[in-house]
Amino acid sequence: MARPMTGAQIVVQALKDQGVDTVFGYPGGAVLPIYDEIFQQSDIRHILVRHEQGAVHAAEGYARSTGKPGVVLVTSGPGATNAVTGLTDALMDSIPLVVLTGQVPTFMIGSDAFQEADTIGITRPCTKMNWLVKETDQLGPRIHEAFHVATSGRPGPVLIDIPKDVQFADGMYEDRAETDKGHYHPRVEGDSDAIDALVTAMETAQKPVFYTGGGVINSGDEASQLLRELVAATGFPITSTLMGLGAYPASGEHWLGMLGMHGLYEANLAMHDCDLMINIGARFDDRITGRIDAFSPHSIKAHIDIDPSSINKVIRVDIPILGDVTHVLREVLARWTARGGKTETAALKAWWEQISEWQSVRCLSYRRSKKTIKPQHALERLEALTQHRKDDRYICTEVGQHQMWAAQYLGFEHPNLWMTSGGLGTMGYGLPASVGAQIAHPDALVINVAGEASWLMNMQEMGTAVQYRLPIKQFILNNERLGMVRQWQELLHGERYSHSWSEALPDFVKLAEAFGCKGIRVSDPADLDDAIQEMLDYDGPVIMDCLVEKHENCFPMIPSGKAHNEMLLGEADTQGVIDSKGSVLV
Amino acid sequence: MSALHIKQGATSHSAYNLRPNFSDTVETHTLTVLVDNEPGVLARVIGLFSGRGYNIESLTVAEVDHTGHHSRITIVTTGTPQVIEQIKAQLSRIVPVHRVNDLTVEGPSVERELALLKVEGKGEHRVEALRLADIFRAKVVDSTLTSFVFEITGTPEKIDAFSELMRPLGLVELARTGVAALARSGE
Repeated sequence: MARPMTGAQIVVQALKDQGVDTVFGYPGGAVLPIYDEIFQQSDIRHILVRHEQGAVHAAEGYARSTGKPGVVLVTSGPGATNAVTGLTDALMDSIPLVVLTGQVPTFMIGSDAFQEADTIGITRPCTKMNWLVKETDQLGPRIHEAFHVATSGRPGPVLIDIPKDVQFADGMYEDRAETDKGHYHPRVEGDSDAIDALVTAMETAQKPVFYTGGGVINSGDEASQLLRELVAATGFPITSTLMGLGAYPASGEHWLGMLGMHGLYEANLAMHDCDLMINIGARFDDRITGRIDAFSPHSIKAHIDIDPSSINKVIRVDIPILGDVTHVLREVLARWTARGGKTETAALKAWWEQISEWQSVRCLSYRRSKKTIKPQHALERLEALTQHRKDDRYICTEVGQHQMWAAQYLGFEHPNLWMTSGGLGTMGYGLPASVGAQIAHPDALVINVAGEASWLMNMQEMGTAVQYRLPIKQFILNNERLGMVRQWQELLHGERYSHSWSEALPDFVKLAEAFGCKGIRVSDPADLDDAIQEMLDYDGPVIMDCLVEKHENCFPMIPSGKAHNEMLLGEADTQGVIDSKGSVLV
Repeated sequence: MSALHIKQGATSHSAYNLRPNFSDTVETHTLTVLVDNEPGVLARVIGLFSGRGYNIESLTVAEVDHTGHHSRITIVTTGTPQVIEQIKAQLSRIVPVHRVNDLTVEGPSVERELALLKVEGKGEHRVEALRLADIFRAKVVDSTLTSFVFEITGTPEKIDAFSELMRPLGLVELARTGVAALARSGE
């Protein structure tokens, strides 16, 4: 039944009808009518961030940790342009978001009005879809369609630009049920012949490997469950991308660890030497493949993906299966079982023996120190001291060395516990994402593993954490360097450390006090456990300044332009390993 | 691992087709894209091509269904088979896109383009221009004592040929619509 309402009322009502409980936002002139409506209700909680980029990353953290779409409300002009980084981040990592932006009144659009920006034009390449709504009656259907598009198929951010006069004007609101969802209905069932081909390949594979990605997590809890069943049933080894960590438990017996540029030796060599690669919801990112023409040269490749443009984009696959991971895995498992669950037992045994040989290299070992805290050691201790909280321990990261170390040294038993900026690599993602995750899970343990440089990029969001009493733990591995940049300069640019150090850093303990939260500093390895415990025990937000070894490099590493089997394992001679062709790659 | 029996077309009702080879040969393909006629949809399509570095040789767009508000975009593009497949997949996942057809691989099709040519000249040049126009079945749609405007319809190659002939005869301005294309009917 259609009901008369103002545009602003329609916005709030439509969000309620979509089951939205939280909106991350920042008010401004062009969204005041909507903020007025938010003030007059109590079903939707508005979280006031300190910068619009923080709102979008917080909504990403909320979405990634709950599986529900994140909602953002910001004003026109600078409000919208500040959201662009977050939108691009969400697009690259397939995070469902609905972002509402205010716009100048329709009759002023195009006049270079105050705080006017061509939001639709600017955000077109960084959203899955966006709309300018010029008629109040269209607001309801558009918002409902936006949620449908954001969460269907390959999820992503969508944006609705709402001029201020449209918010004020009277219109009719149509309920969610009455709204036509349009023609956008991506295919979810996999092709039957292709699934049969995959099962046949699995039955005859001598050296198979599952290579899974964020698509498993986006497909929902059932996908992770089915993946675990399939791995258990087949006994195949499994590795995952950065985005897919947690879909298969790190404690699982078939787990090889993360693959890719800083992935584990055994995972990358299994990818290189396998004869059957089963890609489930990953996209052959360049951080995964290394040199394309040397990528897993002898394997049959199957690829399950809901996005047709991901298939055959980078790597040509032999068994493409277009569909939703849950649907496809259910079918694969059913047929596999129905056909008797055959495997090449002897060959698999030999394959596992080969893998354990690689595992015995112990690629994550590092030189320990009694004098300085090694960042790897700090993460190992964090892992050990939070072992009992692994079911509700949410880890966010910023971007850089600490991110890779976190992925290597922390284990995830469930999906949705790990939030990191994978595709875009956005420094400044972690702190606001931890705000969003803690808002969604008030009683959980939420830790942002950060580097000091990344952390400073959105540190204003500590104000948000204090305002809403969010006990987020900012675990800063402070090496006073832009660690990953420094590492590349050491390996590629003749140790000329151009602008890769953090000079004039704030005193993080005093900074914490200035924000009204707790600051802890630790620099002696002997004090590390106590400091981490103090951080965990404190009931409130904490900034932990963990002073670590300044020149530690992140290994293993596949240098740019090299193949998986050419990875560097440690501090051995790393000079000149990347040729000039490789150095143009990032 | 030869147990795989994937035939071309085995996944014909998927959104991609299994091409036999991934050669480096650059092919020219004519794609038609049926879209919702809403603001920004053309920018979305063009932005995809520029943002991802694909070529556009020709592009035409107009609303073809006034009641359903659908527009048909005809794009002539070039690329290796892998790039062409990627373009089609990228186009298909744009939300307001209903359908993408590759007329170059989906059976016989017809392609037509319209061009207007202004040719200025005197004496023998004028006569020769008219004679060639007759051969190419171009129409005179405007005439002064010193100029003609010709209208010609045909394949892009025919228009290329005609305009090359007109160049020494005084071609001063050329407007082309870009290619419109349809699949032929039936079997």
